[in-house]
Amino acid sequence: MIHSLFLINHTGDIFLEKHWKSVISRGVCDYFLEVKEKAVEPENVPPVLQTPHHYLISIYRDKLFFLSVIQTEVPPLFVIEFLHRVADTFQDYFGECSESIIKDNVVTVYELLEEMLDNGFPLATESNILKEMIKPPTILRSVVNTLTGSSNVGDKLPTGQLSNIPWRRAAVKYTNNEAYFDVIEEIDAILDKSGMTVFAEIQGVIEACTRLSGMPDLTLSFMNPRLLDDVSFHPCVRFKRWESERVLSFIPPDGNFTLMTYHVSSQNLVAIPVYVKQNISFFETGSCGRLDITIGPKQTMGKMVEGLMVTVHMPKAVLSVNLTASQGNYTYDLATKVLVWDIGKLNPQKPPNLRGTLSVQSGAPRPEENPALDIKLKIQQLAISGLKVNRLDMYGEKYKPFKGVKYMTKAGKFQVRT
Amino acid sequence: MQEWANHLCENRQFGSKMTDSKYFTTTKKGEIFELKAELNSDKKEKKKEAVKKVIASMTVGKDVSALFPDVVNCMQTDNLELKKLVYLYLMNYAKSQPDMAIMAVNTFVKDCEDPNPLIRALAVRTMGCIRVDKITEYLCEPLRKCLKDEDPYVRKTAAVCVAKLHDINAQLVEDQGFLDTLKDLISDSNPMVVANAVAALSEIAESHPNSNLMDLNPQTINKLLTALNECTEWGQIFILDCLANYTPRDDRESQSICERVTPRLSHANSAVVLSAVKVLMKFMEMLPKDLDYYGTLLKKLAPPLVTLLSAEPELQYVALRNINLIVQRRPEILKHEMKVFFVKYNDPIYVKLEKLDIMIRLASQANIAQVLAELKEYATEVDVDFVRKAVRAIGRCAIKVEQSAERCVSTLLDLIQTKVNYVVQEAIVVIKDIFRKYPNKYESVIATLCENLDSLDEPEARAAMIWIVGEYAERIDNADELLESFLEGFHDESTQVQLQLLTAIVKLFLKKPTETQELVQQVLSLATQDSDNPDLRDRGYIYWRLLSTDPVAAKEVVLAEKPLISEETDLIEPTLLEELICHIGTLASVYHKPPSAFVEGSRGVQHKRLPGSAGSGESESPDAGSAGGVSEAPPAVIPSQGDLLGDLLNLDLTPPTATGPPPPSSGMQMGAMDLLGGGLDSLMGDESEPPHIPPRTHTPQSPQLPHQSPSPPDYSPTELGGDLGGSPAMGSGFGGPPAAMPASFSAPVSGGLDDLFDLGGGVGMPMGAYSPPKTIWLPAMKAKGLEILGTFARRAGVIQMEMTLTNKAMSVMSDFAIQFNRNSFGLAPAGPLQVLTPLSPNQSIEVALPLNTVGPIMKMEPLNNLQVAVKNNIDVFYFSCQYPISMLFVEDGTMDRQVFLATWKDIPNDNEAQFQIKDCHLNSDAASNKLQGSNIFTIAKRTVEGQDMLYQSIKLTNGIWVLAELKVQAGNPNFMVSLKCRAPEVSQCVFQSYEAVLKN
Repeated sequence: MIHSLFLINHTGDIFLEKHWKSVISRGVCDYFLEVKEKAVEPENVPPVLQTPHHYLISIYRDKLFFLSVIQTEVPPLFVIEFLHRVADTFQDYFGECSESIIKDNVVTVYELLEEMLDNGFPLATESNILKEMIKPPTILRSVVNTLTGSSNVGDKLPTGQLSNIPWRRAAVKYTNNEAYFDVIEEIDAILDKSGMTVFAEIQGVIEACTRLSGMPDLTLSFMNPRLLDDVSFHPCVRFKRWESERVLSFIPPDGNFTLMTYHVSSQNLVAIPVYVKQNISFFETGSCGRLDITIGPKQTMGKMVEGLMVTVHMPKAVLSVNLTASQGNYTYDLATKVLVWDIGKLNPQKPPNLRGTLSVQSGAPRPEENPALDIKLKIQQLAISGLKVNRLDMYGEKYKPFKGVKYMTKAGKFQVRT
Repeated sequence: MQEWANHLCENRQFGSKMTDSKYFTTTKKGEIFELKAELNSDKKEKKKEAVKKVIASMTVGKDVSALFPDVVNCMQTDNLELKKLVYLYLMNYAKSQPDMAIMAVNTFVKDCEDPNPLIRALAVRTMGCIRVDKITEYLCEPLRKCLKDEDPYVRKTAAVCVAKLHDINAQLVEDQGFLDTLKDLISDSNPMVVANAVAALSEIAESHPNSNLMDLNPQTINKLLTALNECTEWGQIFILDCLANYTPRDDRESQSICERVTPRLSHANSAVVLSAVKVLMKFMEMLPKDLDYYGTLLKKLAPPLVTLLSAEPELQYVALRNINLIVQRRPEILKHEMKVFFVKYNDPIYVKLEKLDIMIRLASQANIAQVLAELKEYATEVDVDFVRKAVRAIGRCAIKVEQSAERCVSTLLDLIQTKVNYVVQEAIVVIKDIFRKYPNKYESVIATLCENLDSLDEPEARAAMIWIVGEYAERIDNADELLESFLEGFHDESTQVQLQLLTAIVKLFLKKPTETQELVQQVLSLATQDSDNPDLRDRGYIYWRLLSTDPVAAKEVVLAEKPLISEETDLIEPTLLEELICHIGTLASVYHKPPSAFVEGSRGVQHKRLPGSAGSGESESPDAGSAGGVSEAPPAVIPSQGDLLGDLLNLDLTPPTATGPPPPSSGMQMGAMDLLGGGLDSLMGDESEPPHIPPRTHTPQSPQLPHQSPSPPDYSPTELGGDLGGSPAMGSGFGGPPAAMPASFSAPVSGGLDDLFDLGGGVGMPMGAYSPPKTIWLPAMKAKGLEILGTFARRAGVIQMEMTLTNKAMSVMSDFAIQFNRNSFGLAPAGPLQVLTPLSPNQSIEVALPLNTVGPIMKMEPLNNLQVAVKNNIDVFYFSCQYPISMLFVEDGTMDRQVFLATWKDIPNDNEAQFQIKDCHLNSDAASNKLQGSNIFTIAKRTVEGQDMLYQSIKLTNGIWVLAELKVQAGNPNFMVSLKCRAPEVSQCVFQSYEAVLKN
């Protein structure tokens, strides 16, 4: 099982270590650092590495490496999932997951890590349970603690720990009972030069925020559940009910959680909300090139496209750009060669356009690679797959909760090749 | 550190008093002292703050063990946070302070009785983490109670504690019967307890591969399946992995388990999903293919696998490695999902490469157009590794989907036109394979390829290009010029290119004999005379012989039809694939290696196999082929160095390798000599049997070192050329009747090739010659886990280097090769190092490497020092060892008495060396016999005044004679030996051998 954890920043300093079995020297990280050195970009460090006596499994998140050391055969996905859970927990507790915040809360971090694993076996990883055992730091609490001498650590066994619903704590009480659901869909797509869809799929997620007293039993049904053939559920969802009736029946955790994720596959037709016309070319002679990008609405289902942004990773040889945007602003980072065009709202009458010249290092060969465009956009009140929530019912409690559903479509990995 | 400290100080200035950074601010020398005072403070709060400071120091790797007694004193408290902090400290430092750790035992034992289950669990959990023998003794009783505790939280913690204890002291766990208690917990009413019991048992079972710890029967399986629905996500992983080890009795049980496992495919945790996939992939084997449920199950497997690909890149990577296996076993699952494997430009490189691999596996006639369009797109990306692989992938598509070959070739030509160096080189390498798959179809592109000849700088591409030129020499007008241009820098080329060039020129010669005689002569002499590489030399000699003996045969051999290459070159071997399918989701599946091969000390030789399908119980996997036809692919694989190896192995070796070498006549010796010059002559001279050695080699005056006086090859190109069209008999013009050629050739062949192909014939046969015991030549520490023990021996006239290679690392070692530095006697390996199977961790292998003495010569200090380089897939390692010179004593070392006398007189007295051998309790006859076993021959004996004088002669492989006089006096254990030799520097070594032989 998981033997040790090292936290390493992006420059390669080890700033925290935790061992769940015997202590392993931090020298073991040298293998990792060597590979990291070679990989140039930290994103490209392979997640599973073999050393003479250990395996190193790592994730890269928020500019930090979470590196675990393994000595025996362990499912690597289990380790990676766990490491992400650790990062999520830090995020949850401290509002961000960074080197400075971890150092600032090192004792809490240590207590958390000790609580999350025992001998390498996961012990308590649910946020609800952890928060009962170790209270997240808040300014008020630390002041109170210093005055009264009380502690951050709960001294009772968390109630959910052993029940059949480990994700929920008992005796929750709210004066305002409310349940919100956000249906968020991300379009992952690759469009080719001519604007044809090479590949497109939708990653959907239903994020829930429930603040309900007692033990509410909820049922959420959809207008068109047949859209959902590839789903992953939070453990609280009763799979049998879904199989037989296509409704989500569950006792929710308290607070924020991800109810389900789903995937509308590339075989179904995926609506692409915008079209992109582009031309990026470099001249054979002379040190310049030309860029011309136009974005217009395509299948927006009558909704407004907002937060439109185009990112282009220019070839290394491009020194500067001289462009005019009909709408929005553009910036070109000379060091990273990244062109960002922040458009904002899409005006259907007057499609925004960015055009002008690119100056290329003189003498440099004509760039070989074609820069891809990365598109970001948002559409409020629309789930592009057409998914619609029908109704939400609550059983087991007598009060009437306030209910709400929001929809949103975003561009995920939305790329246009040139 | 300094920077950090500054940063922390800044933080303090901003008054962030609530953060833990304040615990770091005391970095001065007196820190420990201050902390000590604070730890012993009366105020609870101060104590707690002090412990926090200690923990903070600990997390950054600072040594705060000096505070041990003070921290332990804080343990007796009702403040749970303080208690936990002290425990954290204890776990870290108890091992370094075992005596002090005992102080904590009482508190632990008391806490195990606490009314609060949280504290009971915490105590038993912490105790298990303290790896101190004295503490573990005290642990047994509390642990036994906790395993039966009324609170499930305590029981589940105790279950893990058993695994901890087992890790520290396995015997203790068995003696105390904890394993049985643990097994009972599988039937616990609480699913979390069940999951932890399973996890603990699995971990224990890994270090005990043969123990039948997890006795899986339908009842326990049922319990596990029930717990599966109710336990945490992590527990589900343990239970699923455990289920995967079970083999259902029949297809109905198999189906019912599958039905209960499928809901796990919709779990949010990808590890749960993949473990469920493993169970389903395994149990599916047992379902009849015509069952409706079988089809349903296949359909259900695709979506979760696709979903894994939208997760974080690290998860994607592991998923892709596993999908690679699944696709090979059951391609139908994902055959419609090609698009999800399309690469996004900002995927990490390790994800891109894996996606590419799977795209090729899924490529079929139906989707090839899409795939090719994508691959072409990738070939213009920035990342060099990825672009290379994409180009290679295009070639693989061409080979896999015949209909697309033409499109692939034109795509590759387009890419060559880009003139991007590495793209061109990759393209040429794959085009070579396309030529092999579809002979006589795409040769029109050769002209385009030739245009790029000059830009090739990588060995693989150069070798591929040379192969193409040689193979199609008759269609390329200036083939000879092209090849000649490579020849200029022959010695700077890599072996791969040299070998390829040699073969290509021989091919060219056979196709266009008239214009290329000079070229072929040049390359043959470069390969045989000027090269240190035995492979190259051997191949050069073989071609030379072949051309000179029987050009028609040469044509048949060198220009033989090559076997077709298979469609997929990197399929995993079916039995390994089956085993890996049983290990989906594990490290083994990521590395595509069997778990036994690389996980340190685990599982032993327990190989998992897929169960047979219903109705055909015993047969291992009868449906493997019908499932997708992939596993039936013919095993023919492109040899890594083109077809050359194939060419060589096609050689008919029967005449030369036939039993023992026929007695060579001096005439033949001369013939061989004339043709082949000094090199081969000395090679054969060494290996020839004693009876008819040409007289000149007997003369001790001229120690004949190989290569010392090479006579130029008496070889006329015009004759060779004229010979080609004619009858084989015309080969006689080359210096000997053709019938005699194979015979004289047999010497090096039987000495070198024979051993090469038929190793082990003489290994391990005690021949009486003294061989020192094996010593460590290369310690594992210096060689990344490879340990080499070795010795030298002379067995049946063959010098052997006998080695035990042990793999003490975690990973499999393969691709062994060996090379010697120049040495005093020209010792060189007579063949490659024969380690045919990869060496698994903790495995040892005995190898005997036959040596010859025709290698390059350089005087070493000491004389018998040998510097060796051993290479494996990990690295190259160097060591040096000393061989006993007695190994070089040849069997025909008996000198004629008269000659002995004359020689003894002839050698100046300055060259005589005297040594004393002490404590040797042998009589003269016994000594003589013993020495004879090591080729030290007694040719005369004289007894003077009770003293036996033995006159002995020794001949070394390089023709040096050593004459000896051994004085043995009855009752005196000290022998005197006088050595006379024209090369007196060997005397010291010879004396050492005398001593070694007589005393062993």
